[in-house]
Amino acid sequence: MTRSPAAGAAVEVVGLRAAHGRTQVLHGVRVRVEAGGWLGIIGPNGAGKSTLLRSLLGVHPHQGEVRVDGVPTSGMPRRQRARLLAYAPQLPVLPEGVTTRDYVALGRTPHRPLLAAPRAVDRVVVADVMGRLGLDALADRPVLTLSGGEQQRAVLARALAQQPRVLLLDEPTAALDLGHAQQVLDLVDRLRRQDGLTVISTLHDLTLAGQYADRLTLLSEGRVAAEGSPAEVLTAATLAAHYGARAQVVTGPDGPAVLPMR
Amino acid sequence: MTATASPRTGPAPAGSVRGHRRARLVTAGSLLSLVLVVLAGIWVGALPLPPGAVVATLLDRLLAPFDLDVAGGLEPTGEAVLLQLRLPRVVMAVLVGAALAVSGAAYQGVFRNPLADPYLLGAAAGAGLGATLVIAYAPAQSLGPVGLVPLAAFAGALLGVGCAVLLGSAAGGSHSPTLLLAGVAVAAFLSAAQTLVQQNNTDDLREIYGWLLGQLGRSTWDDVLLVLPYLGVSCLVLVLCARALDVLAVGDDEASSLGVHPQRLRLLVVLAASMATASAVAVSGLIAFVGLVVPHIVRRLLGGSHARVLPVSLVVGGAFLVLADLVARVVLAPAELPIGVVTAFVGAPFFAVLLWRGARHR
Repeated sequence: MTRSPAAGAAVEVVGLRAAHGRTQVLHGVRVRVEAGGWLGIIGPNGAGKSTLLRSLLGVHPHQGEVRVDGVPTSGMPRRQRARLLAYAPQLPVLPEGVTTRDYVALGRTPHRPLLAAPRAVDRVVVADVMGRLGLDALADRPVLTLSGGEQQRAVLARALAQQPRVLLLDEPTAALDLGHAQQVLDLVDRLRRQDGLTVISTLHDLTLAGQYADRLTLLSEGRVAAEGSPAEVLTAATLAAHYGARAQVVTGPDGPAVLPMR
Repeated sequence: MTATASPRTGPAPAGSVRGHRRARLVTAGSLLSLVLVVLAGIWVGALPLPPGAVVATLLDRLLAPFDLDVAGGLEPTGEAVLLQLRLPRVVMAVLVGAALAVSGAAYQGVFRNPLADPYLLGAAAGAGLGATLVIAYAPAQSLGPVGLVPLAAFAGALLGVGCAVLLGSAAGGSHSPTLLLAGVAVAAFLSAAQTLVQQNNTDDLREIYGWLLGQLGRSTWDDVLLVLPYLGVSCLVLVLCARALDVLAVGDDEASSLGVHPQRLRLLVVLAASMATASAVAVSGLIAFVGLVVPHIVRRLLGGSHARVLPVSLVVGGAFLVLADLVARVVLAPAELPIGVVTAFVGAPFFAVLLWRGARHR
């Protein structure tokens, strides 16, 4: 089994500001995650969660500093950054007429010259990742014909084929039912533990966020409203203040569970 | 779930073992058909030139410096027809067809739109304006061995695309929808200007239309040499960019996260494809449908990977245009149809059948 060449990296974001047009979306956000940790970013719609991820990735213009293992990513060549950070968007664009294997192989792009054909090592990494994610039987199917859960696994496989040290996942379960959502999150957790990857994900389901992430950051109107362990962040008071939600927080066997109330 | 393709997938998916074998088969098949079609294109005409004699003549010319004689060549008249008329014409058809097909495939990849074609960004309208201006106001002028019309068409095509790219990037970065819309605006403006000039010079209507509908009959070796460097460089750039286009197909954010610069790549590909289109238009006029039909057929056969589709489109495009030119010469012989009419006349129904069959498979 191929491990990532290096284990996860600590990520630190300081004074992050970003705008959509003239509207300021993030006002000086500070985020930290330990190497090998899973940081869940939660918050109501429009709080700036996706913008935070895309700024972290360097595809959204922003001010402030993003450091991976203490090294600022701002001056980094794009390919070098692509070997540190991999990204799975909320609505991945899946190309037409391309097989799952060819799609996953795109993850090797930052590791080989852009004009060169895939090398043996690329094929080995791709085959290994696909095996681990249970995609072997789907390898020759066009990726567009896979089911929602299978597509999400294919996107994860593409990100893992990048052999990154940090995985950035934007709503990895948005299009999935509860069972498939749990399968994907279990898979991410297993990969994180096996490879020591750092995971930063936005999650709109608060109970799942509390069960899988070991730290939560609550964004509200572009600012960090709360951060800490799930038990510290997920309280009835914070949910009422920032979501305008009526909810009870009960303590389940795997951490706090959010129970909406009429 | 087994590894076999489901019936609705159409082509055997490239990437599998079967897909690789299929890709090799399609590549070999398209190369073979290019050779056959080229021989047929040389053969057919007022003076038939049989392939055996043609090959013998060419070998004889090639081996002459080594004092080797190859028997069985053509008579002197036949040789003159071969070298001065048929060969430049067929070579030009291969070059123009290849350029239009590969730039069509590249535009479709860059704009993620199967309907994009090489004339989309104002190349056709600009070339039309340039050619019309010269035909109307400076007929029969030439610059060295080359007529003024191709030069003006080339300049016009580059001007059209240049305006579209400038306008597009000024209006909203190089997001592909903005660039497309800028191209539509520029094309509409240049077409209007072309129509205006044309209406003020109705005496030249026939010649202008003749040019607009495309022609290969007047191709000379000078024309071939004129466009060869531009076509060669731009097609090479496009084929080299094919793998990067596969990365671009997953969207700008993800392409960035994979270490690619989407804007730079898009600009490079658009400029190279436009250069190829401008060169093709300059010497052959506007030949419709090649850039749309050929990449589509190739994708049907090979799947969506640009790394496979672009090089094969090059070959199939060349073969397709030689065949269309052959039809243009034969149907009304001794008169000739404009080749643009043939490509649209043959291409459109063929395309419709493909779409219909594709829909039934789904």
